Amino acid sequence: MSTKLNVNGRAVSVNAEPDTPLLWVIRDELGMTGTKFGCGAALCGACTVHLNGQPVRSCQTPLSAAAGKKVATIEGLSRDNSHPLQVAWIKHDVPQCGYCQSGQLMSAAALLRSNKNPNDGEIDAAMSGNICRCGTYPRIKAAIKDAASEMRTFAMRKA
Amino acid sequence: MMTTISKTTAMNRRIFLKSSSAVTGGLMIGVTLGLPLNIQAAGTLYTPNAWVHIADDNTVTLLSARSEMGQGVYTSMPMLIAEELQVDLRKVKVAIAPPGKVYTNALLGAQITGGSTSVRDGWEKLRIAGAQVRMMLISAAAARWNVDASTLRAENAMVIGANGKRATYGSLAEAASKLPVPEKVVLKDPKDFTIIGKPTKRLDTPAKVNGTAEFGIDVKLPGMVYASLEQCPVIGGKVKSFDAGKAKTMPGVIDVVQIPDGVAVVADSYWHAYKARQALSVQWDEGAVAAISNASMLDGIRKAADAGKAIPIIVPKGDTAAAMKNAAKVVKAEYVSPLLAHATLEPQNFTADFKNGKCLLIGPTQFQQGAEGGVAAALGIKPEDITLKTTFLGGGFGRRLEVDFIIQAAQISKAVGKPVKLLWSREDDTTHDFYRPMALHQLSAALGADGKPVALDFKITSQSITQRAFGLPKDTLDPFMAEAGVMPYDIPNTKYDLVILDSGLRVGYWRSVSHALNAFANESFIDEMAAEAGKDPYAYRMSLLEKQPRFANVLKLAADRAGWGTPAPGGRSRGIALMEGYDTYMAQVAEISVKDKQITVHRVTVVADLGRMVNPDTVQAQIQSSIVFGLSAALNNQITLDKGRVQQSNFGDYPVLRMHEVPVIDITLVPSTEKPGGIGEPATALIAPAVANALFAATGKRVRNLPLHENLAKA
Repeated sequence: MSTKLNVNGRAVSVNAEPDTPLLWVIRDELGMTGTKFGCGAALCGACTVHLNGQPVRSCQTPLSAAAGKKVATIEGLSRDNSHPLQVAWIKHDVPQCGYCQSGQLMSAAALLRSNKNPNDGEIDAAMSGNICRCGTYPRIKAAIKDAASEMRTFAMRKA
Repeated sequence: MMTTISKTTAMNRRIFLKSSSAVTGGLMIGVTLGLPLNIQAAGTLYTPNAWVHIADDNTVTLLSARSEMGQGVYTSMPMLIAEELQVDLRKVKVAIAPPGKVYTNALLGAQITGGSTSVRDGWEKLRIAGAQVRMMLISAAAARWNVDASTLRAENAMVIGANGKRATYGSLAEAASKLPVPEKVVLKDPKDFTIIGKPTKRLDTPAKVNGTAEFGIDVKLPGMVYASLEQCPVIGGKVKSFDAGKAKTMPGVIDVVQIPDGVAVVADSYWHAYKARQALSVQWDEGAVAAISNASMLDGIRKAADAGKAIPIIVPKGDTAAAMKNAAKVVKAEYVSPLLAHATLEPQNFTADFKNGKCLLIGPTQFQQGAEGGVAAALGIKPEDITLKTTFLGGGFGRRLEVDFIIQAAQISKAVGKPVKLLWSREDDTTHDFYRPMALHQLSAALGADGKPVALDFKITSQSITQRAFGLPKDTLDPFMAEAGVMPYDIPNTKYDLVILDSGLRVGYWRSVSHALNAFANESFIDEMAAEAGKDPYAYRMSLLEKQPRFANVLKLAADRAGWGTPAPGGRSRGIALMEGYDTYMAQVAEISVKDKQITVHRVTVVADLGRMVNPDTVQAQIQSSIVFGLSAALNNQITLDKGRVQQSNFGDYPVLRMHEVPVIDITLVPSTEKPGGIGEPATALIAPAVANALFAATGKRVRNLPLHENLAKA
């Protein structure tokens, strides 16, 4: 019952039943606990990871659906807080309890991959699946705009 | 002006020392377990007092005796110590304190994180703690250099002599830790503060943006197994019998054990435990709660309000009954607040390892001694045989003052003889909370010919959390039911009563506790009085605040800032509300619009006078947080019961605010040299009446029952 997938650029082989939610594979099998469990029903976004670049709720994604695919978790964003979103999160001191923030960051990262300059409505739409009980939403929104701006500037400099 | 404070009595000193050694011992164990919230230093660790650890490699560790649940104590508590200790906050390490008497919250009488007390409790205590250690380090240097201590000063973790001689704290730690803790310390004049009062980046943010911050759910011990617990769908129900035959055959299952609260499936992973739990068959003795529905609960409250013993909240003033009889006009209203769940995003969980009569507990708690005491009683061991480590909390809001899930984890570990992590599902969490109690408010006011109130009669009927949680005797005033109960307004005849009943359903402290209940009723009612008097709600309030300058100040600032008296943009409507809670004075103006009975809150103006602040940026964050938290409840949230079963289960039917529903939150903080007030909660209490009053302005409909959306639809 071995399933092969790629997690944060690393090929892994997992021995778990194919219907095991990807969330629990990541947390309990692979020991990467940055991805969080909040609702088990794709209602809160705490478990958001990327599957082949698309944001998914890993609590509702069976391992079988990730077979042979690329999974990116918060641990893959950067370990040294160098990703522009992490930099912006620190600048705005976004987290309070912090529990939802891995999911928030992964949703935001997916948004900025497809939209370099999201407006308020686009940010709301992309982030509405992520609950924060501490109410850090205004700072999340400010940090996303900041990160987007940094990334555009960086892209311009590169070009 | 220098402040001299003499606090450390001989008695305190003994407690300090005793607890200091316990602290070091406990935390040293943590190193071997590889926990993140430990003291890691390459060198030898010294403990001059219970709050400061200095290693001879110059690592300085400051302790927070309060749990970090989002409110920023991981930063604000060390700020208070560092201000006097003269260390760079960016270079210190922080650890959450283990259980210990020295860490008691003087405002609550136990080691509790709650009640917006952390800064108020720590304001002097932690500065004194920092100053004590600074003085001990200076004394050690004075002895080493054979000079008078008064010629030395401390700066940036070094003691510096008149001739420029320097010694690092690390090099002095051993000698300093052997000195007596000074009886008297001299604290800085607040105008010389370099840390306190300055917006400061949170020390826990870096770990919270890359997944490394350790929450209870992330704890892992060698040989640990995972548990999922089936509890009776009716809270308090007990297992009659169960069949675990099928569950035991499922992948990964190690054992199925009965504990007092239910049947636990223990497996090699959470998913295996959870999945096998679905295959359990349990017969329940549902118990008394099965007879409760929402309607019966409210009915019981109404009966108690009529027939129950009225406990005065404050000494009555004048003759309210007579004033009512003779009044030009009498206004009456009733308000109902529903049951509410806390819904922390991290579901309840704890890790326990019971072995040889001793128990290790690791996880998220707001009440370290409650956890110790509860587990000790449940397992029949002594509190001293328990080691407890507090992780980061994925939200608290009062839910983690309860220790039910901690006791369960310990019982399961004892039953299976292994370290166990118990994790609740979201459904478990929603259906087995300690809910905010339902409350009924009955208010009447007599108005004079000029419309001003001549009498007020206030009665809250609700359930006491404190009777259950802390054994408060029956028919005595529960202060946690009377918060913000007494109006600040100048009214000559007043009577404020509390009636306590026990509904049979367990209830718990919920962010802002009774402030939210009483402020909703009072601040809605003063609006109703203004309407009856034909007066503007702001002007009416102001006319009754001549003797209350701090109230009047925040109210006026909020009205000015929100443009009160000028038309709101886009046909929006405004509502205003005012309260003191946790020594913080606050006014809010909500700006809303209503379309097809859907309320949109566009902007909330907040003015807070909370005295001195430790970290103003955290103060801003806490107000934002409180508004969002309170607005979820005010607009949409309620827990309902049918035959004792909670009818909500997850965020689908307990919808909390999402990003697109969040208003612009405009915050003004009043500069003040008053003692600090609490800021984790007051804004939560005030948002419901501010929005309800705006709703009246928008629609002419007075919605007196929460949540507003459902009751607007019925109105």
